[in-house]
Amino acid sequence: MSQPIAPVRHVLIEGNKNYHNITEDLCTPTETTPSREWIIAFALSAAFLGLYAFAICWTVWKGIGEWGANRTINWAWDITNFVWWIGIGHAGTLISAILLLFRQRWRTGVNRAAEAMTIFAVICAGQFPIFHMGRVWLAFFIFPFPNTRGPLWTNFNSPLLWDVFAISTYFSVSLLFWYTGLVPDLATVRDRATGFRRKMYETFSFGWTGSAKHWQRWESLSLILAGISTPLVLSVHTIVSFDFATSVVPGWHTTIFPPYFVAGAIFSGFAMVQTLMVITRKVLKLEEYITINHIESMNKVIVLTGTIVGVAYLTELFVAWYSGYIYEQFAFYNRVFGIYWWSYFGMMFCNVVSPQLFWSRKIRRSIWWTFFLSIVVNIGMWFERFVIIATTLARDFLPSSWSYYRPTWVEISIFTGTVGLFFTLYLIFTRVAPVVAIAEVKAILKVAGNQYVEKARQEYHESPRPSEEGEKQKVSEH
Amino acid sequence: MASDTTKVLYGLYNDEEDLKKAVKTANSSHLDIMDVFTPFPVHGLDPILGLKESRLHQLGFIYGAIGASFGFGLMSWVFTRDWPIVFGGKPYWSVPAFIPITFEMTVLFAAWGMTITFYTICGLWPGVKAKSLDNRITDNKFCVAYDITNADESLVEKLRSFFSKTGADEVNVKTI
Repeated sequence: MSQPIAPVRHVLIEGNKNYHNITEDLCTPTETTPSREWIIAFALSAAFLGLYAFAICWTVWKGIGEWGANRTINWAWDITNFVWWIGIGHAGTLISAILLLFRQRWRTGVNRAAEAMTIFAVICAGQFPIFHMGRVWLAFFIFPFPNTRGPLWTNFNSPLLWDVFAISTYFSVSLLFWYTGLVPDLATVRDRATGFRRKMYETFSFGWTGSAKHWQRWESLSLILAGISTPLVLSVHTIVSFDFATSVVPGWHTTIFPPYFVAGAIFSGFAMVQTLMVITRKVLKLEEYITINHIESMNKVIVLTGTIVGVAYLTELFVAWYSGYIYEQFAFYNRVFGIYWWSYFGMMFCNVVSPQLFWSRKIRRSIWWTFFLSIVVNIGMWFERFVIIATTLARDFLPSSWSYYRPTWVEISIFTGTVGLFFTLYLIFTRVAPVVAIAEVKAILKVAGNQYVEKARQEYHESPRPSEEGEKQKVSEH
Repeated sequence: MASDTTKVLYGLYNDEEDLKKAVKTANSSHLDIMDVFTPFPVHGLDPILGLKESRLHQLGFIYGAIGASFGFGLMSWVFTRDWPIVFGGKPYWSVPAFIPITFEMTVLFAAWGMTITFYTICGLWPGVKAKSLDNRITDNKFCVAYDITNADESLVEKLRSFFSKTGADEVNVKTI
């Protein structure tokens, strides 16, 4: 055995696996015909995707007057959904980048699927600002390029343009990170395949051989990409929060927004990862790779970030009161007790109260509780964005223009449609690529496989105990 | 290269520890390994193979610096020379407002630059046919390969005995 194993380490791979078993288990979902559950799920998702396409065509044809957004509440469901999806997209990079830097081994079971989820969530998020532009055929105006209109440049001082840069950078860097991680695993699938599938995977695996020098560069690249993705992921939601924080609207113009948005993003992202993982491990029979220990680790992140979000909500209320500024005070009074009071209480309950159940180890390790609470958190985080956006705008500076917002069928269809888009992409992904990182799981087998951890524990219990004196001496020597 | 094909003698090991021992043995008996192929990155292999640390991160820094200068330079030029506009009475050259985009451009250039460099120096691109010695190398076999295109019989014999001595599970010859 090369590396010493601490007996307190969690088992991350169950079932006495060897390297070949790992390859078999993780490649099989891409090689068999889809199960009945998969076909039903795909048909359902594709139906919602169809609804999305219809509602988008409707919007483009008729104009965004078909939405419920109005002069007062000009950002409504569209921006709520945009921020919601972008937030969900944060967990993938967090798991793959920050946990790589922290050397958390449990990331290997879930990183690939979480990164894929990031990419799909960002695709869904992008739909909303693009179609909110109205004349979507002019969407390329958001990029600065020499043009015949002056040249007329974009406004580099605007947070909305920062968003364009942040989200397109985030999307493309996440894609690189995800695909570079996937190349060795696609080579594994290639080497098992025959005929047309082999040709296809030959193209997608770029001719990977597993040479030692390539692995060294691959690890180096992964580490640096992780290093630069970490500030990137923090910057993206910070910049999304600047869309609000740099305005002069009471309730939006707050310095707490960047950290509060980032914590909320991680919170909602992990909730979505849980929702997906609980289903994926069951349907693809990956319970031995995405274990209860993985799920518990993610639930710990959820309780931490949920609590940070809760502290942020209370801080906002306190600062509004403490500022002595009546417009700020009104904005927050209106948030809690105004026309949309139900969304505020929905948010508080789902985001702050419900995750506290995860302090209980039993609930943290329960599949059903995890699944249920992950859905609750997703709903809560949607409410958070709705509270911030619609509630604030509904009661603006001029009481004569106060208004109420109700979504139309078009907006509801677009939103549920993006959920369809997300799941369609995810379901295709589970069929064409291994959802768990094969090479990375193999690399931790000897320190996290059940047979190795159990052996280390046994050795630890059988080894002669040093006396307390001796232990103290050891500690002081270190 | 003299010819397009290489004749390779390779041995497959079942465990990364056997592989590392074999590489150490090869080093001490001065048998120059052509390459080692593994299903996952084996830690501790690089130093005994004599691989120098990758310099990819230095390039990453350079690409990032280019991205930062490009982003900041473009915004500065546009707002001070090409088309100055007053926004809210602020100076034309409003540096703090340029920071977010400068940062994003740094990351964008560094990530794309490094990734493209990685694939280029490794010779990995769509359409490249993998010079794969054995299908099981991406599964559970650890491979040590020797180039025997121009080797004489005695060297080949020596290599074969090295493989059997170090516990290789299989020894094969393949032209790639």
